[in-house]
Amino acid sequence: MPLIKDGRPAEDPWVTLDDEAPLPLDADPIISLERWQAERETLLARNGRLGLALRPDQPAALVAGDAARFSVITLTFPKFSDGRAFSAARLLRERYGFAGELRAVGNVLRDQLAFMVRCGFDAFEVAGDDAPAAWSEAQSEIGVWYQPTADGRPTAAQLRGREGVAASRTY
Amino acid sequence: MYRYDEFDRTLVAERVQQFRGQVARRLSGELSEVEFKPLRLMNGLYLQLHAYMLRVAIPYGTLSAVQLRMLAHIARRYDKGYGHFTTRQNVQFNWPKLADVPDILEELATVEMHAIQTSGNCIRNVTADQYAGAAADEIEDPRIYSEIIRQWSTLHPEFSFLPRKFKIAVTGAANDRAAVRLHDIGLQMRRNLKGEAGFEVIVGGGQGRTPVIGKTIRSFLPKRHLLSYLEAILRVYNQLGRRDNLYKARIKILVNETGAQEFARLVEAEWAEIKHGALALPGEELARIEAYFAPPLYEPLDAVAPQFEARKREDPDFARWVQTNLAAHRQPGYAIVNVSLKPVGGVPGDASAEEMEALAGFAERYSFGEIRVTHEQNLVLPHVRLSDVPALWAALKAAGLATANIGLLSDIIACPGLDYCNLANARAIPVAQRISTRFGDLKRQHDIGGLKIKISGCINACGHHHVGEIGILGVDKKGEEFYQITLGGSADENAALGKIIGPAFSYDAVVDAVETIVETYLDVRQTGEGFNDSLARVGLTPFKEKLYAAH
Repeated sequence: MPLIKDGRPAEDPWVTLDDEAPLPLDADPIISLERWQAERETLLARNGRLGLALRPDQPAALVAGDAARFSVITLTFPKFSDGRAFSAARLLRERYGFAGELRAVGNVLRDQLAFMVRCGFDAFEVAGDDAPAAWSEAQSEIGVWYQPTADGRPTAAQLRGREGVAASRTY
Repeated sequence: MYRYDEFDRTLVAERVQQFRGQVARRLSGELSEVEFKPLRLMNGLYLQLHAYMLRVAIPYGTLSAVQLRMLAHIARRYDKGYGHFTTRQNVQFNWPKLADVPDILEELATVEMHAIQTSGNCIRNVTADQYAGAAADEIEDPRIYSEIIRQWSTLHPEFSFLPRKFKIAVTGAANDRAAVRLHDIGLQMRRNLKGEAGFEVIVGGGQGRTPVIGKTIRSFLPKRHLLSYLEAILRVYNQLGRRDNLYKARIKILVNETGAQEFARLVEAEWAEIKHGALALPGEELARIEAYFAPPLYEPLDAVAPQFEARKREDPDFARWVQTNLAAHRQPGYAIVNVSLKPVGGVPGDASAEEMEALAGFAERYSFGEIRVTHEQNLVLPHVRLSDVPALWAALKAAGLATANIGLLSDIIACPGLDYCNLANARAIPVAQRISTRFGDLKRQHDIGGLKIKISGCINACGHHHVGEIGILGVDKKGEEFYQITLGGSADENAALGKIIGPAFSYDAVVDAVETIVETYLDVRQTGEGFNDSLARVGLTPFKEKLYAAH
């Protein structure tokens, strides 16, 4: 599946590993939570980057203390209507200090892009040649937001406050 | 009233353009109906039995005269000349063309209205006490907090794909007119021991096929923490709510399966992480929004208006209407005037373009240009001088809008039923019309007194039958419409679910059954006793005996 990162098509250096597969020496692996929990010490002793795949039924709290150890975390949207990954994304970004690549996989639709970005996703596995253009367009459709979330964009209330400051200075 | 600033205006305008693009992609065939469905549902556009239906949000049921005129214009230009006010204080247009919907939304945006989140598995239009800001029994105006919730919930990045739809209701008064115990979250304003205003937080109420009275998970929440607490509830629900079964996906099921106490613990734990974060309400923003809901410029008046009192003595029709349709206003010399959308034999909640325009005019002349929509599908002119009430009544009468039946038997809630809805098993509107016609003599209704009849055309309970004193549920029996009757429900501060009285009645027999129930009530009631009080005292048996005697 093609990858879009920070709005542009990107090479994907990551390979998703089966739990039984040996760790590759020449590629960056994405492993399951189960494997992380079972082989934590071995994995920590290994040199190189590590990625984690979380399923929707695996709350982000399960990696609360370890999030920063991963370079990429993938969160799955099993279908359009399953929004659990939005909460997981915000928790990883806002509470568990995850600063790496947060990737949306599964049924990822352009009409949800703006929400995903606001929740802290910065990479997306999406189909289609026109995906980058459609996706960058989808991101600019809405420019006003009321909620303070992971992407740090100022909210309407914060902008109102700043306007108030600016206005009072002119008098 | 709240007025959009540039941020609110920009967001709604952008949303209209976004939807215009989505409709164009649908009309060109780029999107299939299956792909388009979740997108249109995020903008209040349903596909019903015969046509698209557009549900327009009326946040917390507050409308200006200018907005009501726009609804009339839309009814006339894009629909069949009428609109339907709903139990969620919204308005529905039943016959728009898909290609017209972006234009309708663009016209709505010019009067600061939209259809955002009137459908879909997101936080729906927040509802509130229709007497907000006018009620004599109010602690604070619930619209201030409803507006804050409206903004916070609009296009919420995290909570737009919840397990199921999510409804929040707010009341500032002890007498609950917003049915807060029957919502996913109900907020009941309270004072703590220090006299500060805050909220009792009620979670997991709802109707549908599994009716549940909500449970209090926090007895007092300081106002500044409102949004962080709501966010904590929603976050727990978004992560743990069931997604395996559509009928078990509402938060009421999660609360029941988890246990209210454990659910409260999860919410409190989540809240502890975020309560001091960016969602704490800044004083300036609270003050900014509060200012929009400042009381109108009332005149200093005597509490008693002689010409109003004289008219009541002289004209029994007027006196009857005053008795049912007026409510106490907090400001001396003013009244809250209810306008019934339930004329004898009419469709509950429907209003024609002409009626909307007439009411917009009355609101401008008599009520500071303000109108409210009630969850019982009526309209309200919230701030009318008592001395103006006789003239307003005459004007309403001339417009066919002076039915004196608020709270009476014919003030029926009914869902659209099989006349419009593809989920329905049976018709609801014609049953309401037949009951209303059977009891068409208003004097008889006044003798019967307050009585709430609520009718749903299917188990999804959009007609609130579970909480009707007489609840009527349409069911399908081998292709025929039958109606199951429940007695003893209530949606107010004494919230209760009705009990099934016995086997269902056919379409032809259901009106007789209602009449038998009413006659039985009149037989057993003691002086001043309401329907549910009599029922609590005598039980279901006398009603059953009368209803099923012949069988």
